[in-house]
Amino acid sequence: MRVIWLQSAGCGGCTMSLLCAENPDVFDTLAAAGIEMVWHPALSVETGGEVRRLLQAATEGHSPVDVLCVEGAIARGPRGTGRYHMLSGTGVPMLDWARRLAARARHVVAVGTCAAYGGVTTAGGNPSDAVGLQYEGSHRGGALEADFIAKGGLPVVNVAGCPTHPGWVLETLLLLASGRMGAGDLDALGRPRFYADHLVHHGCPKNEFYEYKASARQLSDIGCMMEHLGCVGTQAVGDCNIRPWNGEGSCTRAGYPCIACTAPEFEEPRHSFTETPKVAGIPVGLPSDMPKAWFMALASLSKAATPPRIARNAVADRIEVPPTLRKPKA
Amino acid sequence: MTELLVGPFNRVEGDLEIRLTLAEGQVAAAQVNSPLFRGFEAMLLGKDPRDALTLTPRICGICSISQSIAAARALGAAWGVAPSPQGQRVAALIHAVENLCDHITHFNLFFMPDFARPVYAGRSWHGRAVQRFTAMEGGAQRAAVSARAQILHIVGLLAGKWPHTLAVQPGGVTKAPTERDRLRILVSLRAFRRYLEEVVLGARVEDFAALADVPALMCWDRGDAGLFLEIAADLNLAGLGPSQGRYLSFGAYPLEEGPAWAGGLWQGGAAPFDAGRIREDLSHAWMLGAAAHPAQGETRPDEEMRDAAYSWCKAPRYDGQVFEVGALPRQVVAGHPLARVLAALPGGGGVLGRVAGRLLEMALTQLLLEDLAQAIDPRERFMLQAEPTREGEGAGLVEAARGALGHWLRIERGRIANYQIIAPTTWNFSPRDAEGTPGAVEAALVGAPVGPGEDTPIAVQHIVRSFDPCMVCTVH
Repeated sequence: MRVIWLQSAGCGGCTMSLLCAENPDVFDTLAAAGIEMVWHPALSVETGGEVRRLLQAATEGHSPVDVLCVEGAIARGPRGTGRYHMLSGTGVPMLDWARRLAARARHVVAVGTCAAYGGVTTAGGNPSDAVGLQYEGSHRGGALEADFIAKGGLPVVNVAGCPTHPGWVLETLLLLASGRMGAGDLDALGRPRFYADHLVHHGCPKNEFYEYKASARQLSDIGCMMEHLGCVGTQAVGDCNIRPWNGEGSCTRAGYPCIACTAPEFEEPRHSFTETPKVAGIPVGLPSDMPKAWFMALASLSKAATPPRIARNAVADRIEVPPTLRKPKA
Repeated sequence: MTELLVGPFNRVEGDLEIRLTLAEGQVAAAQVNSPLFRGFEAMLLGKDPRDALTLTPRICGICSISQSIAAARALGAAWGVAPSPQGQRVAALIHAVENLCDHITHFNLFFMPDFARPVYAGRSWHGRAVQRFTAMEGGAQRAAVSARAQILHIVGLLAGKWPHTLAVQPGGVTKAPTERDRLRILVSLRAFRRYLEEVVLGARVEDFAALADVPALMCWDRGDAGLFLEIAADLNLAGLGPSQGRYLSFGAYPLEEGPAWAGGLWQGGAAPFDAGRIREDLSHAWMLGAAAHPAQGETRPDEEMRDAAYSWCKAPRYDGQVFEVGALPRQVVAGHPLARVLAALPGGGGVLGRVAGRLLEMALTQLLLEDLAQAIDPRERFMLQAEPTREGEGAGLVEAARGALGHWLRIERGRIANYQIIAPTTWNFSPRDAEGTPGAVEAALVGAPVGPGEDTPIAVQHIVRSFDPCMVCTVH
């Protein structure tokens, strides 16, 4: 399977994260699946004229492109020209390159939330008028048409995340290479369901605090961050706490909130990222699929039932009270 | 005179285009264009200042922690808050891991593969370069990605993930490590030391760190460092891509006892540094407004992309002069003997000096990391609670892998009223200023040989990559 990878208006962090793949490493994983990186801006030897010829051949259909990966949003500004990002050496906006290559590719993969929905590149008034490949925020229709379907029959596969977990990108490519990814394997926002059917809440080490609404009041407290510190792990898709990051990490494990970086428009939460918006003291965002009345009832009940151990640890920066050990039966 | 447009320029972070004017088989003039505008400084206006901690790391996926720390320090300065000493230590630790990884990534994945190109097929070392550094296949590349992934476990453990952590705050870091964490970190560092000693340096880290003169460096024949030095001698990389000899460092890894590596200026001798003397010139950037200190700077893109300009990158100058930043400048300023003798070579040792500076810093950073981790005290506090103020002004000056990174922030009525960033590559890859003085890499390219028929000259590639440019930071 031949892959061409473009870096558009983004930070390059999804590639940097990809290089963190382990068991086996990124090169062995790709090789094992017969995936050939025809050109990647950070990894390939080809530069300058060699790349221009390679891209030209691909857009003219002389060399097949099985997968086009795009990392970064697509800049449309100023005034719809795309000149805020000209692909260097070509005199042609990345906007046009992405469209031309997408028309030739068997599959198109948006790597990261910028490429999928616009992401951080579109924050704060979107100075470069950037969009995702097939979405503008949560609305369909981006650099490509709303109803774009690649030659292989799938819309843009949105491997959203900021950054993406190396496993998300590699396993998407493995599924495409094996011909085992169909339209039903993507969620309603085009994300692969193998990671998007999970919530960041699943496997979060703060679950016991969550159960009792034993809340952290400030960053570095080890309690649940949903009530006060902006954590939306109960609503955000991702298997971040099931498969760890960089060994044994995740955002909530390191003591800072999930900001739903796999979701469209996460970059503009309309409140500070580390503060939970509330109405009458109740967090505005409730856990996915949970009826509000039940949430309120269970929350007040469980809060009242909070064991002292959990209440005290929630507002400390480390475990101060260990669990009581069950006395062995005589 | 003929013109040559070089791009897409890969194995640099982000997008880069270079316009060369050629005469008599060499580069007569160069213009460096950063062809991507995103506008982070504009995005931040009007936001809650704390949001800078989430948004600015996402300027750059390769020096994300550097951006975190610069933002945290600028916020801390504006609020009048300092981190707890142990929180500062952990922040320095994860920052140094990132910087070390960046050097490893640059050397193995970005810089060295050019020597495996067929153009060098006749050279005595070419077979070894092919074996070690062929893109995505070479043994050195495989060893590097594996070692890098493992040492980044330290960032996973302390800061959740890499890149784009939110663990670094003005008051310290969000996670208090335990004794078990400290020992895990030391084990990861031990494994990385083994990689450096068996693969990169071929000898003890201390031995490379103790090199003090150029002949001893050029005699180093072990590890991939030895292969590079053999190539550098054969191709005379010391004579390629000269520096102007003005070096700047903000000083790296502030700790309770002072910075691990002191900052300042070096122009053949040490000179005092005053951040108030920095100006960003916009004469050749597609930016509107006048030259200004970053505390007063603004970011208004020129939608017309006027003909007199050629890049989205501004041109930072210190006292009106071009300064070079990076690993070699940082070690020259900090006073390492090898860095000082490299800088004393004509043109600061050019490509050789920059790459050797990075190899030296790999060794020094490993030693620093071991000290930082040893001294973690899990009984202490790792974060002090910071009370945001509604008004304030502050700067966060740090050293990223690629050199001096500064954030300048002003808060009014609890919102960001101004935010300006100068990234390391903004210094090195700046366009010309109002005087017509070219930026550091533009000057370094003059005189580079261009062979007949070369449309992407190999010498130009070596010079550009020797700076390890990060274009996504440059134009943020």
